[in-house]
Amino acid sequence: MSKTFKVEIDCANCANLVEAAARKVAGVKDLSISFMTQKMKVAFEDGADEDAVMADVRKAGRRIEPDFEIL
Amino acid sequence: MLIRILLAVAMTIVLLCIDVSGVLRLALYLVVYLIIGYDILRKALLGIFRGRVFDENFLMAVATIGAFALAIYERSGDYLEAIAVMLFYQVGEFFQSYAVGKSRRDIAALMDIRPDYANIERDGEIVKVDPDDVAVGETIVIQPGERVPIDGVVLSGESSLNTSALTGESMPREVGQGDEVVSGSINMSGVLRVRTTKGFGDSTVSKILELVEDSASRKSKSENFIAKFARVYTPAVCYGALALALLPPLYLILFAGAPVSFATFETWVYRSLVFLVISCPCALVVSIPLSFFAGIGGASRAGVLVKGANILETLSKVKTVVFDKTGTLTKGVFEVNAYHGDHDQDISAHKAQLLEYAALAESASSHPIAMSLQRAYGRPVDRSRVSDLREISGKGITALIDGKRVAAGNEKLMGDLGLTPCHCHTAGTIVHLAIDGRYAGHIVLGDVVKPTSAQAIADLHAAGVMRTVMLTGDTRQVAEQTAARLGIDTVYSELLPAGKVAQIERIIAEAKSGDKVAFAGDGINDAPVLSRADIGIAMGAMGSDAAIVAADVVLMDDDPLKIGKAIRISRKCLRIVWENIFMAIGIKGICLVLGIFGIVNMWLAIFADVGVMILAVLNAIRAMHIAPQPPT
Repeated sequence: MSKTFKVEIDCANCANLVEAAARKVAGVKDLSISFMTQKMKVAFEDGADEDAVMADVRKAGRRIEPDFEIL
Repeated sequence: MLIRILLAVAMTIVLLCIDVSGVLRLALYLVVYLIIGYDILRKALLGIFRGRVFDENFLMAVATIGAFALAIYERSGDYLEAIAVMLFYQVGEFFQSYAVGKSRRDIAALMDIRPDYANIERDGEIVKVDPDDVAVGETIVIQPGERVPIDGVVLSGESSLNTSALTGESMPREVGQGDEVVSGSINMSGVLRVRTTKGFGDSTVSKILELVEDSASRKSKSENFIAKFARVYTPAVCYGALALALLPPLYLILFAGAPVSFATFETWVYRSLVFLVISCPCALVVSIPLSFFAGIGGASRAGVLVKGANILETLSKVKTVVFDKTGTLTKGVFEVNAYHGDHDQDISAHKAQLLEYAALAESASSHPIAMSLQRAYGRPVDRSRVSDLREISGKGITALIDGKRVAAGNEKLMGDLGLTPCHCHTAGTIVHLAIDGRYAGHIVLGDVVKPTSAQAIADLHAAGVMRTVMLTGDTRQVAEQTAARLGIDTVYSELLPAGKVAQIERIIAEAKSGDKVAFAGDGINDAPVLSRADIGIAMGAMGSDAAIVAADVVLMDDDPLKIGKAIRISRKCLRIVWENIFMAIGIKGICLVLGIFGIVNMWLAIFADVGVMILAVLNAIRAMHIAPQPPT
């Protein structure tokens, strides 16, 4: 199951760093952030609570880039 | 941001004009510094607290605070440098986000084919609704100037459709009752009433949008390389700067007898700060995804959908292009190529009669050959002239036409009649005719080569493709003649579908490592071959979901010229990517070395950083534009 989210991220390197960090969040099978389209594609592990996982992803992202926002 | 930049510039100018000194001077400069740089300082601090020390914000914060500290220590009152560095950095960032945002919107606009609404006809009234809310089988009305929101079939009305957003083809397509319309194209002249055949989510336009948006998330190797590079590079530079600040002065103190004072450290601290300023990886990191995005955007504008940055990268390394014959290089419909009579008869007078008998004999058949003969005949067939029609399986047809006994079929049929057909030198499918037991001649039919095929092969060779190959299930003679006409290097004929996969595998094995093999097919019955090749190119995919799924590159129309175009786009894009990588790393490398020896001061350093970034961004945007023809 994968979903696409609109994100706000304002530098290309941060997008790479956030992507690397968010991939390690439990429940995330695969994740990629496109700085160009400002989109994040998340594939969840089977049976993961998507809302909880996304909250963790947001937290992980914000540790790297304080302005990171999932819309 | 712009306001902050302008405010800081204005205040700096005022400060330069008025003469204040001491603590007040420091305080005033600090105010300017905070105005321009508070967000950087905040992020740097947050980074430190979160254990992420080395990022651009940190680099800038340390460099500028360091410059302030040096100025205070030296009592020079020269705080301008710190402000200037921060100011230029922010101007650079501002420009970057503006340029990137602008090109992002431009590229997105190229691909903006999403219809906003559909006019639906319900109970005789026309209602404007979201395309998502239209069910399959409903009737929608498309006014001139509107975008076709959903795939469907025309119920009534005639118009021409502009499909350029989908195919890059500017020739409008005429549609009338019973014709299919493809979502995303624009209705140009008349009102159309259309019965939808798909939901919005399954319509061509949605499929394309999904594909293009997904393409950005499939990252290229060079993108991943740079991401990794940046992760190592920034900390490395920080340690480098620290080493530069400490090691040379320590060496001087220990071995050259320099005094243990800050004065010894001073120059080296300054140099290490310059080092930090130069080192920002922004130019690299932003320009590479931007180049790929621009390349994919430019390609989709030309009717070439590339499924990801990684595909664009592989496409640029294609050295062998393998084609399927039927439907790819040829139209897949037969046409009469030649008439040959019996030895010394006069053909021109004879051929009309030959065709007439053939068309009449084949009038009951729905075989492609029979259809082609009837099409070539061009007049309605009077079936009452035909009687006693007998089909001899695998051989042909015999019939009584106008009282004459006519046999139309292959050499075996002629053999059965005890006739020796004259052997034909022209490649193609051959229909022999015998009239009243006498051999009358034969008609040669051939698959029609697309008008742009030969040009497409020439284009590919010009674009640096070393080898072109054609695979076909057709007979050897036909295949070789077609290949010779088009300038194709190698032909493998009489292949079964499984044989094509095996052949592709052999071709991939033969190719030099690093050189990629692309396969172009119509996507209908060659899906296994499409997915086996390094790059699968599906043609004429407008409205065909299967092809879109199986292929890596999707050509919206069936023009083989687009293959060369796709390769040229990818080559250009990759060239730009490498230009940017070398330019950015090169210039920064040189500046870093010069910085160590104190030749570059902080002013130059910040110019180097911002300048490289601007050049890289501008260069990246070039990937969006492709020359219509290859340079000759």
